[in-house]
Amino acid sequence: MSLLEITDLTVTYPSASGPVLAVRGVDLAMDEGEKLGLAGESGCGKSTLALSLLRLLPRGARVAGTIRFDGEDILTMGWGRLRAVRWAAASIVFQGAMHALNPVRSVGDQVAEPILVHEKVPKAAPRRKVAELLEQVGLAPSTARAYPHQLSGGQRQRVMIAMALACSPRLIVADEPTSALDVMIQAQILRLVDRLVTDRGISLLLISHDLSVLTSACDRLAVMYAGRIVEEGPAGQVFSDPLHPYSSALAAAYPRIGDATARRNPQGLPGDPPDPSHLPEGCSFQPRCPVALGECVRTDPPLWPAGPARRAACVHVRDSCPGAAHG
Amino acid sequence: MWGLAVLLVSIALALAAPLFISARDLSAVTAPGSPRQAPSLHFPLGTDAYGRSMVAVTIWGARISLLVGLAATVMSMVIGSLVGLLAGHFRAWVATVLMRVTDWFLVLPTLVLAAALASVLHRGVGTVIIAIGVTAWPGTARLVRAQTLTVEARPYIERARALGAGDWHIIRRHVLPNVMPVILAQTTLTVSAAVLAEATLAFLGLSDPTRVSWGTTLQLAQQVGAVSAGDWWILLPPGLAIVLIALAFTLCGRSLEAIFNPRLAAGP
Repeated sequence: MSLLEITDLTVTYPSASGPVLAVRGVDLAMDEGEKLGLAGESGCGKSTLALSLLRLLPRGARVAGTIRFDGEDILTMGWGRLRAVRWAAASIVFQGAMHALNPVRSVGDQVAEPILVHEKVPKAAPRRKVAELLEQVGLAPSTARAYPHQLSGGQRQRVMIAMALACSPRLIVADEPTSALDVMIQAQILRLVDRLVTDRGISLLLISHDLSVLTSACDRLAVMYAGRIVEEGPAGQVFSDPLHPYSSALAAAYPRIGDATARRNPQGLPGDPPDPSHLPEGCSFQPRCPVALGECVRTDPPLWPAGPARRAACVHVRDSCPGAAHG
Repeated sequence: MWGLAVLLVSIALALAAPLFISARDLSAVTAPGSPRQAPSLHFPLGTDAYGRSMVAVTIWGARISLLVGLAATVMSMVIGSLVGLLAGHFRAWVATVLMRVTDWFLVLPTLVLAAALASVLHRGVGTVIIAIGVTAWPGTARLVRAQTLTVEARPYIERARALGAGDWHIIRRHVLPNVMPVILAQTTLTVSAAVLAEATLAFLGLSDPTRVSWGTTLQLAQQVGAVSAGDWWILLPPGLAIVLIALAFTLCGRSLEAIFNPRLAAGP
């Protein structure tokens, strides 16, 4: 049984101009210890998907479908059980560590917070554990006494990672953990996360717009566009041999080391992602698609199986894999 | 620092007052001087309408004024902060109900309400504290609610929710520490206002007239026509004392804010 199993997840936000479909029928499964990358541009529903995993969406958001974590449905579980699952079973590394730390409380206090919330221990008890956690993420134990404003961006993100590990969760959701950090620090943080989750056998859901980052850090990759998953498969294959035209565009946007032609012209993708309250007819990518056919305007293709452990939602995939249409 | 110094001296004087001011000095019958004497060597600030030394009266008055001012402030800050935090945290119908009650108290003329309460309830120091306490909180509630709303929108509140924290934990550990500077600043303002309100109620004759406070002293001065007679030594000491205490509290509030907010403090 997989650790996390999302079936037909739909998230709708109410708005003055009608409901906004942020996530439209996402199916996704993660095994114990697996590292899954979720890619897509801003506004495609990546963060909404991440927040829905722990029912953290703002009031008013309507969620349908099922999210099974270790066999339990997150969306229907009781409030007390949900609070226990939050962080102890699955924790989150938020984007923008600058703001995810409370400025008026010391770092040590905040790393200890999940332990105090989840385990009935006296206030001073987690001090040793906090020092241990800080050392594991490469910070001096004395950092515990510092306040967030005294740390650099990279250090704060390390603190967030230490916090995510505090209750030994089985899944860590990292929502753009390296945004707003420079490239050197990004690489350090990613290596750190990779080492920590691999050592502990924790599953990792890494969310980013940066396909190259995801490819290097994850086993499997899912590409999201306009609230749906348009391609899924082993990380290396999705990056080097994308099947969906949107994945190709994402992959082509990064120059490859050693490939002179790609370095000289990284490809952009013209147009903007569709407004989720006014999605185009048929395939939602069709207005920007360089290889759109006539039927793309009419039909929104589902995810077809496309080779071993691969799926893609494009009519071209159906046409090139004869067995796919029945799959 | 100046504020703290003035405050400590005032509090020390008020606490030590029984050591050097006897009941005889404050009794209208056994007053040491003759009524309304101008300042002299023996009575540095003159005497009041009963012939009591203005120095003794002013120092003794600090006892009631400080007691009522502080107690009423604590009461109104507790009510106001609680209402503001709950309304800001829970939103929805809790906020609606709490804020409408707050609005209701806000539009009532505070002085009239306090005067009505003071005259209905048993007359005494406790009544004055309650009368000021239950009328001075709505401004605080609105302020705390506004600050709570901005803090609640910060990502670390979302993070706290994600790590399974309950409402109580979030309010106590995340919202309150961030709202505290505002509460402290508001406290100092409220203390000044409460001291003034106490003086006002006493001046209107709604407190215990047998107790010496700055308000009753001013009331007595007004009753005997000290204003038109130009007996400044009866009016100025309690008036200036009120100003000085209010100023001292405000200065202290500023310093406290700098200490409690780590962003204003210097790094290690």
